[in-house]
Amino acid sequence: MAGWSEHDIDLGETKLHYRRAGSGRPVLVLHHDIGTPDSLAFYDALAAKFDVIVPRHPGFGVPERPPWMRHPRDIASLYQWLLAELGVERASLVGLGFGGWVAAEMAALAPRDFHRLVLVGAMGVKPPEGDILDQAIISYIDYARAGFHDQAAFARVFGDVSTDQLVAWDLCREMSFRIAWKPYMYSQTLPHLLGGVRAPALVVWGDDDKVVPRSAGERYVRSLREARFEIVGAAGHCVDMEQPEALVRLVTPFIEQN
Amino acid sequence: MHVMYFTEQPMSAYPADIGLEVGHTALMFSNKHFDPVAGSRLYNEYLEHYIYAEEMGVEGFMLNEHHNAPFCMQAKANIFAAILAAVTKKAKIVMLGNPLPLAENPVRLAEELAMIDMISKGRLVSGFVRGGGQEQLANGVNPAYNRERFEEAHDLVVAAWSRQGPFRWEGTHYQHRVVNPWAVPLQKPYPRVWIPGVLSQETIIWAAKQRYPYIALNTSIEATKKIWELYDKVALETGYVAGPENRGYLQQVHVSDSEEKAEKNARQFLWMQGEFTGLAHPVWANPSGYFSPSLRRNFVEFAVGRAENPRGRPTFEQQVADGRIFFGTPKTVIPKLRHVLEETRPSIYGIWGNDGTVSNADARTCIRLLGQEVMPAMREIGKELGLHDPFELNSPVHLKYSTDLKAMPQAAE
Repeated sequence: MAGWSEHDIDLGETKLHYRRAGSGRPVLVLHHDIGTPDSLAFYDALAAKFDVIVPRHPGFGVPERPPWMRHPRDIASLYQWLLAELGVERASLVGLGFGGWVAAEMAALAPRDFHRLVLVGAMGVKPPEGDILDQAIISYIDYARAGFHDQAAFARVFGDVSTDQLVAWDLCREMSFRIAWKPYMYSQTLPHLLGGVRAPALVVWGDDDKVVPRSAGERYVRSLREARFEIVGAAGHCVDMEQPEALVRLVTPFIEQN
Repeated sequence: MHVMYFTEQPMSAYPADIGLEVGHTALMFSNKHFDPVAGSRLYNEYLEHYIYAEEMGVEGFMLNEHHNAPFCMQAKANIFAAILAAVTKKAKIVMLGNPLPLAENPVRLAEELAMIDMISKGRLVSGFVRGGGQEQLANGVNPAYNRERFEEAHDLVVAAWSRQGPFRWEGTHYQHRVVNPWAVPLQKPYPRVWIPGVLSQETIIWAAKQRYPYIALNTSIEATKKIWELYDKVALETGYVAGPENRGYLQQVHVSDSEEKAEKNARQFLWMQGEFTGLAHPVWANPSGYFSPSLRRNFVEFAVGRAENPRGRPTFEQQVADGRIFFGTPKTVIPKLRHVLEETRPSIYGIWGNDGTVSNADARTCIRLLGQEVMPAMREIGKELGLHDPFELNSPVHLKYSTDLKAMPQAAE
C-alpha cells in the first residue's frame, strides 16, 4: 500500500506529527496508549476507501511533549485544531483503545461535527463492572501482550520487541500518566455528555479484551444517542492489530453510509 | 560532627518464606501477612530504642518512612517524630525525610513539622525526599510529576514557615486560597533542611543550589566522593564553597560485644534478599516519569529482564569490601570509620545500626556501644579532621540567608 505521506504541523506550542493516505471521506484514526506502528494492515485497508489521517498523540513514543497537557480532552481539542488547519469537514472518527477516549471527547466537545464515530475497546468511561488494566504495575511487554488474544498476533506486530520499542513504550506510559493518572484512564464527566453526539456510533469490542472490560463498551452504547455494539471473535483489546480484516468489514460500510 | 542513629524499623515478624514464594515483598505483597500484634510489640520496642539511645549519649535520631512493605514499618515519619519530640529531651529529630510529592496538602505538612519543632523545643531537622517509586504507587501519586511536586511542595512548606500569612498560593500542582497556619516553627528562619538521596544527579544539583546538606544514603565510598565532586562544582557555580557542613553520609554499622555476633547480625542488613526495599517488580520501583530521562534506555532493559539492575546487587562481602557495611566491636569498628571520615569528610553521619531480625537485646547492645563508645570517638575524630557540622558553624539554613556569596566568575575572566 503506497501513498502514505508524513507531516509535522505546528499547532501553537505543539508540533504534531501525522500520516495521511487515500482519498474520499475523511477519517481520523486515533491510536492506542502504547502508540502505533507506522504501518498497519488496518490503516492501509481504510486508506483504500477513505482519506485517512493518523496523528501521533503528542508525547507518545517521543521525548518531545507538550508539558502543559493534563487530560485527554486536551488532545481532543488539539485534533479539532488540526482538522481546522487541514480544512477537513465532517470527518469520521475511529478511536482505538485510549484513542477511543480521545475520539469520544472530540464528539462530546463538538456534537454536530462528525459523520460517524467508531469506538474500538475504548477507554474513557468507568466500566460498571471490572477495572481498566493498570499498566503502572506491570512491565511494558506484559502490558502490550495483554492487548492480544493470541500471542502469535502480538509477535506478528511487534516481533522480538527492540530496545527502541521499549523506550517508546516507556515514553507512551509517561505521557499516559501525565494526562490520565487519576482517575486512571477514564473521565467521570464524559458519559454525561455523550447523549448530545449526533453522529451515529459503532462500538466494537474484542471478545477477549483483557484491558478494558466489555461493560465499558455497553456503557458507551447506553450513553450515546445512536450506537450499535459489535463483538469481534478471537480478538483482544487491539482488534485493529489482531483482526484487521474483521474490523474493516465492520467499519468501512458504517462510514460509507450516508 | 553530628552523628545520628538510624534504623528502617523492620517489620521483622513477616513470613519471609511466603514472600519468597510469592516472589515479591513490597507494594503488592498482601497485608494479610501483617501481624498487628507483632506490629504493636515492634513499634514499642523501636520507641524504647530511641529513648535508650538518648540515655546512652546518642545526639540525633534519623527517621524515614516507606509504605506497603515489611522492610520499613514507619508509614508516617512525623508520628514517631511527634512522639520523640515529647519523650526525649536533647537529641535532634532528623527527618530524612518526609516524601514531599506524597503531600496533597503541603501546608498541613508544614503545620505538622512546626508542631514537632515547637514540642521538641527546636530539635527538628526537616529533611525532604522525593519518595521511592513504590511510594508514589502506594499513595496514588503521579510519578510523572514527582520532581515538579517535590520542588513546589518545598517552596510552599518554606513559605508557610517563613512568610507572614495570610497569603494565596497559585502553583502548578498546589493551589491554596488561604495559607495562614497557626503553627509556625520555633527555629528561625526555619528548621534546617537536609536532602538525602542515592542516585539522581538532579537531586544533588538541586540540594547544592539551595545550599542544603546532601546526605548520601548507603552509597560506596567511591560513589560518595563523586557526589561531593558534583555538589562542590554546583556550589562554586552558585557562589559558595561547599565543605563538610554540606555533607552527610549514612552507612550500615553494627557493633556488638564480639566479632562473631557482630558479623552474624550485620548480615541482617541483607535480610530483604539483598534488595534494599525488598523484592519488587522493577516498574514498581521506577514507574515511568519517575526516573531521570538519562537512565531511560538502561532502565527499560532492566525492567524486562535484559539487563542488570543499574544499582547493582552486591553481596555482603562486596559491601563490606567497598565500605558500605561495617561490623565488629567498637575497638575494631572505630578505625574503619576513621578511614571513612578521612576519605569522605562528612560532618553529618548516620549510623544504620540494626536491621532485619536482630534481637531486641542485641539491638540494645548495639545502641549502647554506639552511644557510649563509637559516636564519642567519631566526634573526636571529627574535631581532629575539622568536620564541623551545620550546628557548630551556624551555617545558613538556605542559600538566601548566606552572607558569604561570591559573584560567579564570568566566562571571559
